[in-house]
Amino acid sequence: MFKWFGKVNFSPYTRVADFARHLKEGRLMGSRCRKCGARSFPPRADCSECLSADFELVEVGRKAKLLTYTRIVAAPTGFEALSPYIVAVADLEEGGRILAWLGETVKEKDIRFGMELHVVPRIFTELEEIKVYYTLEKES
Amino acid sequence: MRVGIIGIGHGVFGRRSDATVQELAFEAFRAAIEDAGIERKDIDCSVIGAVPEYHKQRSLAGVVQEYLGLVPKPTWLTEVACASGSAAIRTAWLSIRAGVHDIVAVIGCQKMTEISTPEILALMGRVGEVQWESVFGTTFPGYYAMFAMRHMHEFQTTPEHLAEVAVKNHFYGARNPCALFRKEITRERALASEEVATPLRVFDCCANADGAACLILAREEKALEISKKPVWLAGMGCATASMSVLRRPNLVGLPSAVEAARQAYEMAGVGPGDIKVAEVHDCFTIAELMAYEDLGFCKKGEGGRFIAERRSYIGGSVAVNVDGGLKAKGHPIGATGVSMTCEIARQLRGEVPPDRLVPGADIGLTHNVGGIGQYCFVQVLKRE
Repeated sequence: MFKWFGKVNFSPYTRVADFARHLKEGRLMGSRCRKCGARSFPPRADCSECLSADFELVEVGRKAKLLTYTRIVAAPTGFEALSPYIVAVADLEEGGRILAWLGETVKEKDIRFGMELHVVPRIFTELEEIKVYYTLEKES
Repeated sequence: MRVGIIGIGHGVFGRRSDATVQELAFEAFRAAIEDAGIERKDIDCSVIGAVPEYHKQRSLAGVVQEYLGLVPKPTWLTEVACASGSAAIRTAWLSIRAGVHDIVAVIGCQKMTEISTPEILALMGRVGEVQWESVFGTTFPGYYAMFAMRHMHEFQTTPEHLAEVAVKNHFYGARNPCALFRKEITRERALASEEVATPLRVFDCCANADGAACLILAREEKALEISKKPVWLAGMGCATASMSVLRRPNLVGLPSAVEAARQAYEMAGVGPGDIKVAEVHDCFTIAELMAYEDLGFCKKGEGGRFIAERRSYIGGSVAVNVDGGLKAKGHPIGATGVSMTCEIARQLRGEVPPDRLVPGADIGLTHNVGGIGQYCFVQVLKRE
């Protein structure tokens, strides 16, 4: 069900597909290697440290700090109707990084590098098919 | 064993509605073999640099090979996004160094203007990681915009610094008959242009273009026998960085460029201070500032000051993109890397019009980036 992830999805089949089901139920998941314990966000099925293929999805904290952002005006195919939108990259407090839209709780004039943000799981309600994603917001 | 450039051919970049991609390739190829003074039968092999997604023709190398009249000699395509041309040069260099081929034609060619801008934005945005990033509508300018925002935050780089890069590259592009944009611009005009992805505006972005460039490479003995003025591929660096910006050590430079430059300088036995003329990958103005830093022309964070003090103009510490760069010349992605090496080889041979010639240039450099820094090729070139 990874095809649920994203307004436009380019990679419906993945070994970490369960990520999207968890997100639909409000949980943000990273991966943990069952052999060496290495964690990753975004999750990955194959351990980059010990090469083990034995992994599990584990819930990760939603606190993050803003690293950088941009307001995209010229949007690609499939995103024209959303333009302009702000794409941001944030460091998760528990390790790993996330790229997502800045949500409506963050006004453009209030954006500060290093500001504290929260990852909020979301569902596109206006669409018939299930589409899940997350935004970065001021409050959880 | 050294590998020398013995032939240079550069087509006109722009919206080339007059020609197919193989016709563009022929234009550059004919000029290169005439420059080298060789015939087609002397060529052992060709390597084609291009990004296939932009063409209706599948498997481009075959159609180019046939049109150039090089059948039944071997050919193949190299693809690493916008660095495909430099990958072709590296592959040709490797095949000569391995002793397999003596003379190899390298052709970078690309047609891009047959597809729409949103389609290109979508295609190029997907050079970012598609599983976790493209789902949020990331674009190619969007990634460089995020580098620029962080660079401005950490180092007080300003939109004016970015605009100055565009002003310089248009200044020189106006003097290059192969360039897409042959007009000078003012800083004010650049700063007033439409926003693409904050802080990047239209004049911070290079333009998609059609075009081709060709080099003839030869092993040392052949090069000395055929050419009176061979230019040597003296340092060949090549490195990668993570596909995803979520797994990069920082977002204010390209680690692949730093590593490729280190390799190229070491192989050539030179340092950044020895480079007189450079072609750097200015797909966006911020990319040129980061290149000054990643290549060691200045310290990390000082790129803005470097352009403000006009140190990358002719007469400064190193002349950068004095053919107009991607910014003014246009960026036919497969051709760009080959075009860069053509320009440096011409500069070292002293065969550039006087208004953009770097006097006494004996050592030059190219810096060709694929995607958002996933791939980087740095070459150091020397004249005899």
